[in-house]
Amino acid sequence: MVTGTRRSASLQHWVAAQGRDGAGQADARPGRGASLVPPSSIAGRALMVIIAIMTFLGSLTVGGVDLVRTAAADWTSSIVREATIQVRPVAGRDVAADVTRATEIAVRFPGVADVAPYTAEETRRMLEPWLGTGLGAEDLPIPRLIVVKLADDRRTDMEAFRRALAEVPTASLDDHRQWFDRLRAMARAVIVVGLVIVALMIAATGLSVVFATRAAVETNRPVVEVLHFVGARDAFIAGEFQRHFLWLALKGAVAGGLAALGAIMASGLIAARWRATAGGDQIEALFGSFALGSTGYAGIVVLVLLVTGVAAVTCRLTVMRTLAAID
Amino acid sequence: MVRFENVGLRYGLGPEVLRDLTFGIEPHSFQFLTGPSGAGKTSLLKLLFLSLRPTRGTLTVFDHDTSHLTKDELSVLRRRIGIVFQDFRLLDHLTTYENVALPLRVLGKEEASYRSEVVDLLEWVGLGERIDAYPPILSGGEKQRAAIARAVIVRPEMLLADEPTGNVDPPLAKRLLRLFVELNRTGTAVLIATHDLSLLDQVEARHLFIRDGGLTVTDPHGGEDGGW
Repeated sequence: MVTGTRRSASLQHWVAAQGRDGAGQADARPGRGASLVPPSSIAGRALMVIIAIMTFLGSLTVGGVDLVRTAAADWTSSIVREATIQVRPVAGRDVAADVTRATEIAVRFPGVADVAPYTAEETRRMLEPWLGTGLGAEDLPIPRLIVVKLADDRRTDMEAFRRALAEVPTASLDDHRQWFDRLRAMARAVIVVGLVIVALMIAATGLSVVFATRAAVETNRPVVEVLHFVGARDAFIAGEFQRHFLWLALKGAVAGGLAALGAIMASGLIAARWRATAGGDQIEALFGSFALGSTGYAGIVVLVLLVTGVAAVTCRLTVMRTLAAID
Repeated sequence: MVRFENVGLRYGLGPEVLRDLTFGIEPHSFQFLTGPSGAGKTSLLKLLFLSLRPTRGTLTVFDHDTSHLTKDELSVLRRRIGIVFQDFRLLDHLTTYENVALPLRVLGKEEASYRSEVVDLLEWVGLGERIDAYPPILSGGEKQRAAIARAVIVRPEMLLADEPTGNVDPPLAKRLLRLFVELNRTGTAVLIATHDLSLLDQVEARHLFIRDGGLTVTDPHGGEDGGW
Protein backbone atom coordinates (compact mmCIF):
# COMPACT_ATOMS: atom_id res chain seq x y z
CA MET A 1 0.00 0.00 0.00
CA VAL A 2 1.38 3.33 -1.02
CA THR A 3 0.90 6.35 1.16
CA GLY A 4 2.76 9.06 -0.66
CA THR A 5 2.14 12.76 -0.24
CA ARG A 6 -0.88 13.72 -2.33
CA ARG A 7 -0.20 17.21 -3.56
CA SER A 8 -1.31 19.08 -6.61
CA ALA A 9 1.14 17.64 -9.05
CA SER A 10 2.49 19.34 -12.12
CA LEU A 11 4.82 17.85 -14.65
CA GLN A 12 7.12 20.87 -14.45
CA HIS A 13 7.43 20.30 -10.71
CA TRP A 14 7.96 16.60 -11.27
CA VAL A 15 10.62 17.10 -13.93
CA ALA A 16 12.36 19.90 -12.06
CA ALA A 17 12.43 17.95 -8.82
CA GLN A 18 14.33 15.07 -10.32
CA GLY A 19 17.47 14.98 -12.40
CA ARG A 20 17.92 12.26 -15.00
CA ASP A 21 18.46 8.88 -13.46
CA GLY A 22 21.80 7.15 -13.70
CA ALA A 23 20.64 4.84 -16.43
CA GLY A 24 24.06 3.34 -16.88
CA GLN A 25 24.44 2.13 -13.32
CA ALA A 26 24.64 -1.57 -12.60
CA ASP A 27 21.72 -3.66 -11.42
CA ALA A 28 21.88 -3.41 -7.67
CA ARG A 29 19.58 -5.51 -5.53
CA PRO A 30 16.25 -3.80 -5.76
CA GLY A 31 14.22 -2.61 -2.84
CA ARG A 32 12.14 -5.64 -1.91
CA GLY A 33 8.70 -5.18 -3.35
CA ALA A 34 6.17 -7.55 -4.81
CA SER A 35 7.71 -10.52 -6.58
CA LEU A 36 8.24 -9.74 -10.24
CA VAL A 37 7.46 -13.38 -11.00
CA PRO A 38 3.72 -14.04 -10.57
CA PRO A 39 3.47 -15.73 -7.17
CA SER A 40 1.02 -18.52 -7.85
CA SER A 41 1.07 -21.04 -10.62
CA ILE A 42 0.16 -24.71 -10.92
CA ALA A 43 3.76 -25.54 -11.86
CA GLY A 44 4.99 -23.73 -8.74
CA ARG A 45 2.60 -25.59 -6.42
CA ALA A 46 3.47 -28.92 -8.06
CA LEU A 47 7.16 -28.21 -7.59
CA MET A 48 6.62 -27.37 -3.93
CA VAL A 49 4.80 -30.69 -3.42
CA ILE A 50 7.57 -32.60 -5.26
CA ILE A 51 10.23 -30.95 -3.11
CA ALA A 52 8.22 -31.72 0.04
CA ILE A 53 7.89 -35.40 -0.94
CA MET A 54 11.56 -35.69 -1.90
CA THR A 55 12.67 -34.04 1.35
CA PHE A 56 10.30 -36.28 3.33
CA LEU A 57 11.77 -39.44 1.76
CA GLY A 58 15.31 -38.09 2.03
CA SER A 59 14.80 -37.19 5.69
CA LEU A 60 13.40 -40.65 6.44
CA THR A 61 16.50 -42.11 4.78
CA VAL A 62 18.78 -39.85 6.81
CA GLY A 63 16.88 -40.82 9.98
CA GLY A 64 17.11 -44.52 9.08
CA VAL A 65 20.82 -44.27 8.41
CA ASP A 66 21.34 -42.52 11.73
CA LEU A 67 19.30 -45.22 13.50
CA VAL A 68 21.34 -48.03 11.93
CA ARG A 69 24.62 -46.22 12.56
CA THR A 70 23.76 -45.69 16.25
CA ALA A 71 22.48 -49.26 16.67
CA ALA A 72 25.57 -50.69 14.95
CA ALA A 73 27.81 -48.62 17.22
CA ASP A 74 25.93 -50.00 20.27
CA TRP A 75 26.20 -53.57 19.02
CA THR A 76 29.89 -53.32 18.24
CA SER A 77 30.75 -51.67 21.56
CA SER A 78 28.89 -54.49 23.39
CA ILE A 79 30.61 -57.14 21.31
CA VAL A 80 34.02 -55.57 21.71
CA ARG A 81 33.60 -55.66 25.51
CA GLU A 82 32.93 -59.41 25.47
CA ALA A 83 34.71 -62.61 24.46
CA THR A 84 33.74 -66.27 24.66
CA ILE A 85 35.84 -69.28 25.61
CA GLN A 86 34.56 -72.49 24.10
CA VAL A 87 35.56 -75.81 25.68
CA ARG A 88 34.97 -78.75 23.35
CA PRO A 89 34.14 -82.21 24.77
CA VAL A 90 36.88 -84.57 23.64
CA ALA A 91 37.00 -88.25 24.42
CA GLY A 92 39.37 -89.01 27.26
CA ARG A 93 39.25 -85.52 28.78
CA ASP A 94 37.23 -84.22 31.70
CA VAL A 95 35.19 -81.30 30.30
CA ALA A 96 34.31 -79.96 33.76
CA ALA A 97 37.99 -79.88 34.74
CA ASP A 98 38.90 -78.12 31.49
CA VAL A 99 36.17 -75.52 32.10
CA THR A 100 37.44 -74.92 35.63
CA ARG A 101 41.04 -74.56 34.45
CA ALA A 102 40.10 -72.22 31.60
CA THR A 103 38.02 -70.13 34.04
CA GLU A 104 41.00 -69.86 36.41
CA ILE A 105 43.25 -68.71 33.59
CA ALA A 106 40.70 -66.13 32.45
CA VAL A 107 40.10 -64.73 35.95
CA ARG A 108 43.82 -64.13 36.44
CA PHE A 109 44.38 -62.63 33.00
CA PRO A 110 44.99 -58.84 32.97
CA GLY A 111 42.16 -56.80 31.43
CA VAL A 112 39.41 -59.29 32.29
CA ALA A 113 36.63 -57.82 34.45
CA ASP A 114 34.39 -60.82 34.94
CA VAL A 115 34.21 -64.50 33.99
CA ALA A 116 30.94 -66.44 33.90
CA PRO A 117 31.08 -70.11 32.86
CA TYR A 118 27.80 -71.64 31.72
CA THR A 119 27.00 -74.68 33.85
CA ALA A 120 25.81 -77.91 32.20
CA GLU A 121 22.28 -77.07 33.38
CA GLU A 122 22.44 -73.54 31.89
CA THR A 123 23.75 -74.95 28.62
CA ARG A 124 20.89 -77.45 28.48
CA ARG A 125 18.32 -74.70 29.12
CA MET A 126 19.90 -72.57 26.41
CA LEU A 127 19.43 -75.40 23.90
CA GLU A 128 15.88 -76.24 24.94
CA PRO A 129 14.20 -74.09 22.23
CA TRP A 130 15.94 -76.15 19.55
CA LEU A 131 16.35 -79.61 21.10
CA GLY A 132 13.29 -79.75 23.36
CA THR A 133 13.08 -80.99 26.95
CA GLY A 134 13.87 -84.41 28.26
CA LEU A 135 16.98 -84.83 26.23
CA GLY A 136 20.05 -85.85 28.20
CA ALA A 137 22.50 -83.10 27.37
CA GLU A 138 25.28 -85.14 28.87
CA ASP A 139 24.72 -87.68 26.09
CA LEU A 140 25.57 -85.12 23.42
CA PRO A 141 28.97 -83.69 22.63
CA ILE A 142 27.88 -80.12 23.42
CA PRO A 143 30.65 -77.58 23.92
CA ARG A 144 30.64 -75.54 27.14
CA LEU A 145 30.84 -71.77 27.02
CA ILE A 146 32.55 -69.30 29.32
CA VAL A 147 31.52 -65.65 28.90
CA VAL A 148 34.42 -63.27 29.55
CA LYS A 149 33.63 -59.59 30.21
CA LEU A 150 36.56 -57.36 29.35
CA ALA A 151 37.46 -54.31 31.42
CA ASP A 152 36.35 -50.97 29.94
CA ASP A 153 39.32 -49.05 31.22
CA ARG A 154 42.19 -51.11 29.80
CA ARG A 155 42.98 -52.95 26.64
CA THR A 156 43.15 -56.77 26.74
CA ASP A 157 45.91 -58.47 24.77
CA MET A 158 43.81 -61.12 23.05
CA GLU A 159 46.81 -62.88 21.48
CA ALA A 160 48.46 -63.29 24.89
CA PHE A 161 45.09 -64.49 26.23
CA ARG A 162 44.99 -67.14 23.48
CA ARG A 163 48.54 -68.28 24.28
CA ALA A 164 47.65 -68.53 27.99
CA LEU A 165 44.60 -70.66 27.18
CA ALA A 166 46.75 -73.02 25.09
CA GLU A 167 47.38 -74.77 28.40
CA VAL A 168 43.86 -76.22 27.98
CA PRO A 169 43.99 -77.88 24.55
CA THR A 170 40.19 -78.20 24.21
CA ALA A 171 39.62 -74.46 24.84
CA SER A 172 39.42 -71.84 22.09
CA LEU A 173 38.89 -68.10 22.40
CA ASP A 174 36.39 -66.23 20.22
CA ASP A 175 36.83 -62.46 20.51
CA HIS A 176 33.85 -61.85 18.14
CA ARG A 177 36.14 -60.02 15.72
CA GLN A 178 34.47 -61.71 12.77
CA TRP A 179 31.06 -60.53 13.94
CA PHE A 180 32.43 -57.12 14.68
CA ASP A 181 33.92 -56.81 11.16
CA ARG A 182 30.67 -58.00 9.55
CA LEU A 183 28.56 -55.59 11.56
CA ARG A 184 30.87 -52.72 10.75
CA ALA A 185 30.79 -53.59 7.04
CA MET A 186 26.99 -53.86 7.11
CA ALA A 187 26.61 -50.54 8.90
CA ARG A 188 28.94 -48.87 6.40
CA ALA A 189 27.02 -50.40 3.49
CA VAL A 190 23.72 -49.12 4.91
CA ILE A 191 25.19 -45.62 5.37
CA VAL A 192 26.63 -45.58 1.82
CA VAL A 193 23.36 -46.83 0.31
CA GLY A 194 21.45 -44.22 2.33
CA LEU A 195 23.73 -41.42 1.16
CA VAL A 196 23.41 -42.59 -2.45
CA ILE A 197 19.61 -42.58 -2.10
CA VAL A 198 19.70 -39.05 -0.65
CA ALA A 199 22.04 -37.91 -3.45
CA LEU A 200 19.68 -39.38 -6.06
CA MET A 201 16.73 -37.64 -4.43
CA ILE A 202 18.55 -34.32 -4.47
CA ALA A 203 19.46 -34.89 -8.14
CA ALA A 204 15.82 -35.70 -8.94
CA THR A 205 14.76 -32.54 -7.10
CA GLY A 206 17.28 -30.54 -9.12
CA LEU A 207 15.88 -31.97 -12.37
CA SER A 208 12.33 -31.14 -11.26
CA VAL A 209 13.46 -27.57 -10.59
CA VAL A 210 15.04 -27.40 -14.07
CA PHE A 211 11.76 -28.40 -15.75
CA ALA A 212 9.63 -26.18 -13.49
CA THR A 213 11.95 -23.21 -14.05
CA ARG A 214 11.91 -23.64 -17.82
CA ALA A 215 8.13 -23.86 -17.72
CA ALA A 216 7.97 -20.77 -15.48
CA VAL A 217 10.22 -18.75 -17.81
CA GLU A 218 8.14 -19.79 -20.82
CA THR A 219 4.86 -19.07 -19.02
CA ASN A 220 6.16 -15.71 -17.88
CA ARG A 221 7.73 -14.79 -21.20
CA PRO A 222 5.75 -11.50 -21.33
CA VAL A 223 7.11 -10.59 -17.90
CA VAL A 224 10.65 -11.39 -19.05
CA GLU A 225 10.18 -9.26 -22.18
CA VAL A 226 8.89 -6.28 -20.19
CA LEU A 227 11.82 -6.58 -17.79
CA HIS A 228 14.22 -6.61 -20.74
CA PHE A 229 12.50 -3.55 -22.23
CA VAL A 230 12.87 -1.56 -19.02
CA GLY A 231 16.57 -2.40 -18.99
CA ALA A 232 16.87 -5.44 -16.73
CA ARG A 233 19.88 -7.64 -17.32
CA ASP A 234 19.60 -11.42 -17.40
CA ALA A 235 21.26 -11.66 -13.98
CA PHE A 236 18.55 -9.42 -12.47
CA ILE A 237 15.77 -11.49 -14.02
CA ALA A 238 17.45 -14.72 -12.91
CA GLY A 239 17.67 -13.26 -9.40
CA GLU A 240 13.92 -12.63 -9.39
CA PHE A 241 13.16 -16.20 -10.49
CA GLN A 242 15.70 -17.51 -7.99
CA ARG A 243 14.02 -15.59 -5.16
CA HIS A 244 10.65 -17.00 -6.24
CA PHE A 245 11.88 -20.61 -6.37
CA LEU A 246 14.05 -20.29 -3.25
CA TRP A 247 10.93 -19.43 -1.26
CA LEU A 248 8.93 -22.25 -2.87
CA ALA A 249 11.73 -24.77 -2.24
CA LEU A 250 12.20 -23.62 1.37
CA LYS A 251 8.49 -24.07 2.09
CA GLY A 252 8.44 -27.50 0.44
CA ALA A 253 11.66 -28.69 2.09
CA VAL A 254 10.65 -27.51 5.58
CA ALA A 255 7.25 -29.17 5.20
CA GLY A 256 8.89 -32.43 4.04
CA GLY A 257 11.48 -32.35 6.84
CA LEU A 258 8.86 -31.67 9.53
CA ALA A 259 6.64 -34.45 8.18
CA ALA A 260 9.59 -36.87 8.32
CA LEU A 261 10.40 -35.84 11.91
CA GLY A 262 6.74 -36.41 12.79
CA ALA A 263 6.80 -39.85 11.15
CA ILE A 264 9.98 -40.84 13.02
CA MET A 265 8.56 -39.64 16.35
CA ALA A 266 5.31 -41.52 15.67
CA SER A 267 7.35 -44.67 14.93
CA GLY A 268 9.15 -44.19 18.24
CA LEU A 269 5.84 -43.91 20.09
CA ILE A 270 4.48 -47.04 18.38
CA ALA A 271 7.70 -48.92 19.15
CA ALA A 272 7.46 -47.82 22.80
CA ARG A 273 3.89 -49.15 22.96
CA TRP A 274 5.05 -52.50 21.57
CA ARG A 275 8.00 -52.70 23.94
CA ALA A 276 6.49 -55.40 26.15
CA THR A 277 5.71 -57.68 23.18
CA ALA A 278 8.09 -60.17 21.57
CA GLY A 279 8.15 -58.24 18.26
CA GLY A 280 8.77 -54.97 20.06
CA ASP A 281 11.68 -56.46 21.95
CA GLN A 282 13.21 -57.67 18.69
CA ILE A 283 12.87 -54.20 17.16
CA GLU A 284 14.36 -52.60 20.25
CA ALA A 285 17.23 -55.11 20.19
CA LEU A 286 17.91 -54.19 16.56
CA PHE A 287 17.31 -50.43 16.53
CA GLY A 288 17.48 -49.35 20.15
CA SER A 289 14.78 -46.96 21.34
CA PHE A 290 13.87 -45.87 17.76
CA ALA A 291 14.74 -42.27 18.60
CA LEU A 292 16.86 -39.92 16.51
CA GLY A 293 20.14 -38.72 17.90
CA SER A 294 21.48 -35.18 17.50
CA THR A 295 23.30 -36.22 14.30
CA GLY A 296 19.98 -37.43 12.87
CA TYR A 297 18.29 -34.07 13.57
CA ALA A 298 21.33 -32.22 12.22
CA GLY A 299 21.26 -34.42 9.11
CA ILE A 300 17.63 -33.55 8.41
CA VAL A 301 18.27 -29.83 8.90
CA VAL A 302 21.29 -30.05 6.54
CA LEU A 303 19.15 -31.94 4.01
CA VAL A 304 16.43 -29.25 4.11
CA LEU A 305 19.03 -26.52 3.57
CA LEU A 306 20.77 -28.56 0.86
CA VAL A 307 17.55 -29.17 -1.07
CA THR A 308 16.68 -25.46 -0.83
CA GLY A 309 20.15 -24.41 -1.94
CA VAL A 310 20.22 -26.89 -4.83
CA ALA A 311 16.80 -25.65 -5.96
CA ALA A 312 17.90 -22.00 -5.85
CA VAL A 313 21.20 -22.54 -7.67
CA THR A 314 19.64 -24.86 -10.26
CA CYS A 315 16.89 -22.31 -10.88
CA ARG A 316 19.38 -19.49 -11.41
CA LEU A 317 21.53 -21.53 -13.82
CA THR A 318 18.46 -22.69 -15.74
CA VAL A 319 17.05 -19.17 -16.07
CA MET A 320 20.40 -17.80 -17.21
CA ARG A 321 20.68 -20.56 -19.81
CA THR A 322 17.07 -20.12 -20.95
CA LEU A 323 17.42 -16.34 -21.20
CA ALA A 324 20.65 -16.70 -23.14
CA ALA A 325 18.68 -18.65 -25.73
CA ILE A 326 16.08 -15.87 -25.93
CA ASP A 327 17.31 -13.14 -28.25
CA MET B 1 21.70 10.21 -30.70
CA VAL B 2 20.38 7.64 -33.20
CA ARG B 3 21.66 7.13 -36.73
CA PHE B 4 20.40 4.78 -39.39
CA GLU B 5 22.77 4.28 -42.32
CA ASN B 6 21.43 2.21 -45.21
CA VAL B 7 19.62 0.02 -42.73
CA GLY B 8 17.67 -2.95 -44.02
CA LEU B 9 15.63 -5.48 -42.06
CA ARG B 10 14.18 -8.81 -43.02
CA TYR B 11 12.63 -11.57 -40.91
CA GLY B 12 14.35 -14.88 -41.59
CA LEU B 13 14.57 -15.52 -45.30
CA GLY B 14 11.55 -13.33 -46.11
CA PRO B 15 11.60 -10.11 -48.11
CA GLU B 16 13.04 -6.90 -46.63
CA VAL B 17 10.40 -5.11 -44.58
CA LEU B 18 12.63 -2.05 -44.18
CA ARG B 19 14.93 -0.85 -46.95
CA ASP B 20 17.81 1.59 -47.13
CA LEU B 21 16.78 3.67 -44.14
CA THR B 22 19.11 6.60 -43.65
CA PHE B 23 18.05 9.15 -41.08
CA GLY B 24 18.80 10.29 -37.55
CA ILE B 25 17.08 11.28 -34.34
CA GLU B 26 18.76 14.22 -32.69
CA PRO B 27 18.74 15.07 -28.98
CA HIS B 28 15.79 17.27 -27.93
CA SER B 29 14.00 16.51 -31.22
CA PHE B 30 10.32 15.71 -31.62
CA GLN B 31 8.98 13.57 -34.44
CA PHE B 32 5.93 11.67 -35.53
CA LEU B 33 6.13 8.37 -37.37
CA THR B 34 3.15 7.65 -39.60
CA GLY B 35 2.31 5.33 -42.43
CA PRO B 36 -0.26 2.80 -43.47
CA SER B 37 -0.72 -0.44 -41.53
CA GLY B 38 1.89 -3.03 -42.43
CA ALA B 39 4.28 -0.41 -43.79
CA GLY B 40 6.97 -1.24 -41.21
CA LYS B 41 6.30 1.18 -38.31
CA THR B 42 6.44 -1.52 -35.68
CA SER B 43 9.62 -3.00 -37.18
CA LEU B 44 11.24 0.43 -37.15
CA LEU B 45 10.22 0.91 -33.50
CA LYS B 46 11.68 -2.51 -32.65
CA LEU B 47 14.97 -1.43 -34.20
CA LEU B 48 14.85 1.78 -32.20
CA PHE B 49 14.26 0.09 -28.88
CA LEU B 50 16.91 -2.49 -29.65
CA SER B 51 14.56 -5.43 -29.80
CA LEU B 52 15.84 -6.24 -33.30
CA ARG B 53 19.17 -5.67 -35.02
CA PRO B 54 19.43 -4.60 -38.67
CA THR B 55 20.13 -7.34 -41.18
CA ARG B 56 22.21 -4.83 -43.13
CA GLY B 57 23.50 -1.31 -42.72
CA THR B 58 24.56 0.38 -39.49
CA LEU B 59 22.39 1.43 -36.59
CA THR B 60 24.12 3.61 -34.02
CA VAL B 61 22.32 4.35 -30.73
CA PHE B 62 23.92 6.72 -28.21
CA ASP B 63 27.19 6.39 -30.16
CA HIS B 64 27.15 2.58 -29.94
CA ASP B 65 27.00 0.43 -33.05
CA THR B 66 24.22 -1.97 -32.06
CA SER B 67 25.65 -4.84 -34.10
CA HIS B 68 28.59 -5.05 -31.69
CA LEU B 69 26.71 -4.85 -28.41
CA THR B 70 26.22 -7.75 -26.04
CA LYS B 71 22.80 -8.52 -24.59
CA ASP B 72 23.69 -6.91 -21.26
CA GLU B 73 25.02 -3.80 -23.02
CA LEU B 74 21.76 -3.56 -24.93
CA SER B 75 19.88 -3.77 -21.61
CA VAL B 76 21.92 -0.88 -20.20
CA LEU B 77 21.25 1.20 -23.33
CA ARG B 78 17.51 0.49 -23.06
CA ARG B 79 17.51 2.24 -19.69
CA ARG B 80 18.06 5.46 -21.60
CA ILE B 81 15.01 4.77 -23.78
CA GLY B 82 11.41 4.91 -22.65
CA ILE B 83 8.91 2.79 -24.54
CA VAL B 84 5.11 2.97 -24.64
CA PHE B 85 3.65 -0.10 -26.27
CA GLN B 86 0.41 -0.10 -28.18
CA ASP B 87 -0.72 -3.09 -26.07
CA PHE B 88 0.61 -1.42 -22.88
CA ARG B 89 2.46 -4.52 -21.61
CA LEU B 90 1.69 -3.84 -17.98
CA LEU B 91 2.35 -6.71 -15.58
CA ASP B 92 -1.03 -7.91 -14.36
CA HIS B 93 0.21 -9.14 -10.98
CA LEU B 94 1.69 -5.76 -10.04
CA THR B 95 -0.29 -2.69 -8.96
CA THR B 96 -0.31 0.46 -11.07
CA TYR B 97 2.24 1.95 -8.69
CA GLU B 98 4.51 -1.11 -8.93
CA ASN B 99 4.26 -1.16 -12.72
CA VAL B 100 5.26 2.48 -13.00
CA ALA B 101 8.08 2.02 -10.48
CA LEU B 102 9.42 -1.04 -12.31
CA PRO B 103 12.24 0.73 -14.23
CA LEU B 104 13.45 2.34 -10.99
CA ARG B 105 13.38 -1.01 -9.25
CA VAL B 106 15.43 -2.52 -12.08
CA LEU B 107 17.95 0.28 -11.54
CA GLY B 108 18.34 -0.96 -7.97
CA LYS B 109 16.78 2.05 -6.25
CA GLU B 110 15.27 1.71 -2.82
CA GLU B 111 11.53 2.33 -2.74
CA ALA B 112 11.83 5.12 -0.19
CA SER B 113 13.89 7.14 -2.67
CA TYR B 114 11.28 7.10 -5.44
CA ARG B 115 7.88 6.64 -3.79
CA SER B 116 6.82 10.29 -3.86
CA GLU B 117 8.21 10.71 -7.37
CA VAL B 118 6.07 7.85 -8.70
CA VAL B 119 2.99 9.01 -6.80
CA ASP B 120 3.40 12.55 -8.17
CA LEU B 121 3.64 11.28 -11.73
CA LEU B 122 0.60 9.05 -11.27
CA GLU B 123 -1.31 12.05 -9.92
CA TRP B 124 -0.28 14.03 -12.95
CA VAL B 125 -1.47 11.43 -15.45
CA GLY B 126 -4.76 11.19 -13.54
CA LEU B 127 -4.17 7.84 -11.86
CA GLY B 128 -3.80 9.20 -8.34
CA GLU B 129 -6.85 7.22 -7.19
CA ARG B 130 -5.80 4.05 -9.02
CA ILE B 131 -2.37 3.62 -7.45
CA ASP B 132 -3.19 0.29 -5.81
CA ALA B 133 -5.35 -1.04 -8.65
CA TYR B 134 -4.21 -3.95 -10.76
CA PRO B 135 -4.13 -3.61 -14.58
CA PRO B 136 -6.98 -6.09 -15.25
CA ILE B 137 -9.43 -3.70 -13.59
CA LEU B 138 -8.10 -0.56 -15.30
CA SER B 139 -9.84 0.87 -18.35
CA GLY B 140 -7.98 1.05 -21.67
CA GLY B 141 -7.25 4.74 -21.14
CA GLU B 142 -5.97 4.13 -17.62
CA LYS B 143 -3.69 1.36 -18.84
CA GLN B 144 -2.44 3.70 -21.54
CA ARG B 145 -1.59 6.37 -18.98
CA ALA B 146 0.08 3.84 -16.68
CA ALA B 147 2.19 2.61 -19.61
CA ILE B 148 3.21 6.18 -20.43
CA ALA B 149 4.06 6.89 -16.80
CA ARG B 150 6.25 3.76 -16.71
CA ALA B 151 8.06 4.92 -19.85
CA VAL B 152 8.80 8.42 -18.58
CA ILE B 153 9.49 7.73 -14.90
CA VAL B 154 13.27 7.56 -15.46
CA ARG B 155 13.19 10.67 -17.70
CA PRO B 156 14.66 8.82 -20.65
CA GLU B 157 16.89 10.51 -23.20
CA MET B 158 14.62 9.16 -25.92
CA LEU B 159 10.95 8.27 -25.69
CA LEU B 160 9.30 5.96 -28.21
CA ALA B 161 5.53 5.69 -28.15
CA ASP B 162 3.43 3.38 -30.31
CA GLU B 163 -0.09 4.82 -30.71
CA PRO B 164 0.01 6.44 -27.24
CA THR B 165 -3.35 8.15 -27.68
CA GLY B 166 -5.11 5.30 -29.38
CA ASN B 167 -7.32 4.39 -26.39
CA VAL B 168 -8.12 7.76 -24.88
CA ASP B 169 -10.64 10.49 -25.59
CA PRO B 170 -9.51 13.72 -27.32
CA PRO B 171 -9.12 15.83 -24.14
CA LEU B 172 -6.96 13.17 -22.52
CA ALA B 173 -5.05 12.68 -25.77
CA LYS B 174 -4.26 16.37 -25.70
CA ARG B 175 -3.15 16.13 -22.07
CA LEU B 176 -0.88 13.16 -22.83
CA LEU B 177 0.57 14.95 -25.82
CA ARG B 178 1.32 17.86 -23.49
CA LEU B 179 3.21 15.42 -21.28
CA PHE B 180 5.35 14.37 -24.25
CA VAL B 181 5.95 17.99 -25.26
CA GLU B 182 7.00 18.95 -21.73
CA LEU B 183 9.33 15.97 -21.55
CA ASN B 184 10.76 17.05 -24.89
CA ARG B 185 11.37 20.54 -23.49
CA THR B 186 13.40 19.02 -20.67
CA GLY B 187 15.66 17.36 -23.22
CA THR B 188 14.03 14.07 -24.09
CA ALA B 189 13.90 13.22 -27.79
CA VAL B 190 10.40 11.98 -28.61
CA LEU B 191 9.15 9.76 -31.41
CA ILE B 192 5.45 9.03 -31.58
CA ALA B 193 4.14 6.42 -33.99
CA THR B 194 0.51 7.19 -34.69
CA HIS B 195 -2.40 6.91 -37.08
CA ASP B 196 -4.03 9.95 -35.48
CA LEU B 197 -3.17 12.67 -37.98
CA SER B 198 -4.84 15.31 -35.79
CA LEU B 199 -1.88 15.02 -33.41
CA LEU B 200 0.43 16.24 -36.17
CA ASP B 201 -1.40 19.57 -36.27
CA GLN B 202 -0.97 20.15 -32.55
CA VAL B 203 2.81 20.02 -32.39
CA GLU B 204 5.39 21.39 -34.75
CA ALA B 205 7.50 18.34 -35.32
CA ARG B 206 9.37 16.32 -37.90
CA HIS B 207 7.26 13.86 -39.78
CA LEU B 208 8.64 10.44 -40.65
CA PHE B 209 6.41 8.76 -43.19
CA ILE B 210 6.99 5.10 -43.88
CA ARG B 211 5.55 3.24 -46.85
CA ASP B 212 6.52 -0.13 -48.29
CA GLY B 213 9.63 -0.28 -46.11
CA GLY B 214 11.01 3.07 -47.30
CA LEU B 215 11.09 6.30 -45.28
CA THR B 216 10.41 9.91 -46.17
CA VAL B 217 11.34 12.59 -43.63
CA THR B 218 9.58 15.96 -43.68
CA ASP B 219 11.09 18.71 -41.58
CA PRO B 220 8.62 21.40 -40.39
CA HIS B 221 11.09 24.10 -41.46
CA GLY B 222 13.07 22.53 -44.22
CA GLY B 223 10.52 20.57 -46.24
CA GLU B 224 11.05 17.06 -47.43
CA ASP B 225 14.65 15.91 -46.95
CA GLY B 226 14.47 12.13 -47.12
CA GLY B 227 17.20 11.73 -44.49
CA TRP B 228 18.98 13.44 -41.64
